[in-house]
Amino acid sequence: MTGASSASARTVIVGGGIMGLAIAWNLAKLGEKNVVVLERSYLTSGASGRNGGGVRAQWSSDVNVRLMKRSLALCAEFATEMRINVWFRRGGYLFLARDEARAKSLGNAADIQREHGLATRMIEPSEAKQIVPELDASRFVAASFNPDDGVVFPWPFVWGYARAAQKLGVVIRTHTAVRELVTEGARVTGVVTGDGETIAADRVLVCAGAWSPEITRMVGVELPSHPHRHEICSTEPLKPFLGPLVGDLSDGLYFSQSARGEIVGGISNELVPPGIDQRSSARFLGLYARALTRVMPILGEVKILRQWAGCYDLTPDKSPLIGEVDEVPGLYLASGFMGHGFMMAPVIGELYAKYLVRGQEPELFERWNLRRYREGKLLDESMILG
Amino acid sequence: MADKTFVCRCEDVTQHDVEEAVALGHRDLESVKRYTGLGTGLCQGKQCVALSARLVSRLSGVRVAQPITPRPLLHPTKLADLAKLIEDGEE
Repeated sequence: MTGASSASARTVIVGGGIMGLAIAWNLAKLGEKNVVVLERSYLTSGASGRNGGGVRAQWSSDVNVRLMKRSLALCAEFATEMRINVWFRRGGYLFLARDEARAKSLGNAADIQREHGLATRMIEPSEAKQIVPELDASRFVAASFNPDDGVVFPWPFVWGYARAAQKLGVVIRTHTAVRELVTEGARVTGVVTGDGETIAADRVLVCAGAWSPEITRMVGVELPSHPHRHEICSTEPLKPFLGPLVGDLSDGLYFSQSARGEIVGGISNELVPPGIDQRSSARFLGLYARALTRVMPILGEVKILRQWAGCYDLTPDKSPLIGEVDEVPGLYLASGFMGHGFMMAPVIGELYAKYLVRGQEPELFERWNLRRYREGKLLDESMILG
Repeated sequence: MADKTFVCRCEDVTQHDVEEAVALGHRDLESVKRYTGLGTGLCQGKQCVALSARLVSRLSGVRVAQPITPRPLLHPTKLADLAKLIEDGEE
């Protein structure tokens, strides 16, 4: 997937994950020329190839509900538009509430979602058991359910964007790291690759997920975000039986059945090594297996085949870092997606390109700008899973 | 013959599938694994990794220097047994 070498570009995107590729494709679609994407490894090597593939519009903040409703619509069109099968399956998302406080918070979020026209409902454990009969209904008091949420297979989603972008002239260079950002005065004017090649650029977008702080640090910009290892595992394939992705915000447990039949899921784990770390642990397997077999005991006899890990890119206010960096004109961020960048990429890619090319929706880019940390205007979101 | 020759028996990946992946630009084993699904089945690549590495090297002209990242577990293991890895009361 390598393209021709180029010594200058209108836009250099650092990171060939879903976010960088979605922005690149949308830029090209709006007629932008000379877009170059640099990926340090192979496509799908980072979090874009390591996530659970969940795509949902059940969020707690007005803006996230609005955006994710659009992302879901884009996912539904993706296979046709990109001519690639992404195994998009709309089985819904079922969020379990173990206590009344959680039920109330899910209920408030469901109210916001319905204002946006979503079909989300609060349901009793008895109705949840009609949707997933194998659940132990004694372990939760209520649930929220949106039948239109879904799951995709992450890898073809990444390739779909990559190929469509290449067709529109975007150059994607894999196995090409960035070792330096070039500046003139305060402004960023290009990048230097791992091979020592300089690529001049009018603007540089940092879409490097958990690696983003390493990139901005090259010009002295400290991001408030940090990597946090998150593990996932997959079972042997089973006959399709599980409709929705089931999630529990109290311990971060989530699991769904992929179109291949495997049960794929993860759980929160605070005790992980600091920094970028993609190793697997036995502790994760224990935490996940215990939580999963409590809520769905019948799965105890099912075998885990494989486990892997990727890195969430966590911000203190659970909201992304998007837009131009005040201190370094020409340097733009699209990072800090809290482990949910995959599902947000379709809509963020669209918004970002429209913002850069046409100046549309500047208030969103104002809201998410890094400067909110300097100004103390932090945001919030309570429905982060995993 | 290439469409009848299995490279990965767990996931039914044929030589033809691998050829197609390389032709589409997947030139390293990790990337070919993800495109074809080889090595992601019951044996987790134990049976197919050497053959597929040789095939990808030959087709792409890029020498495959290492196998795909080996993923735990060593053997498929029941969730009920894995749940015992955590002590009662431990969070």
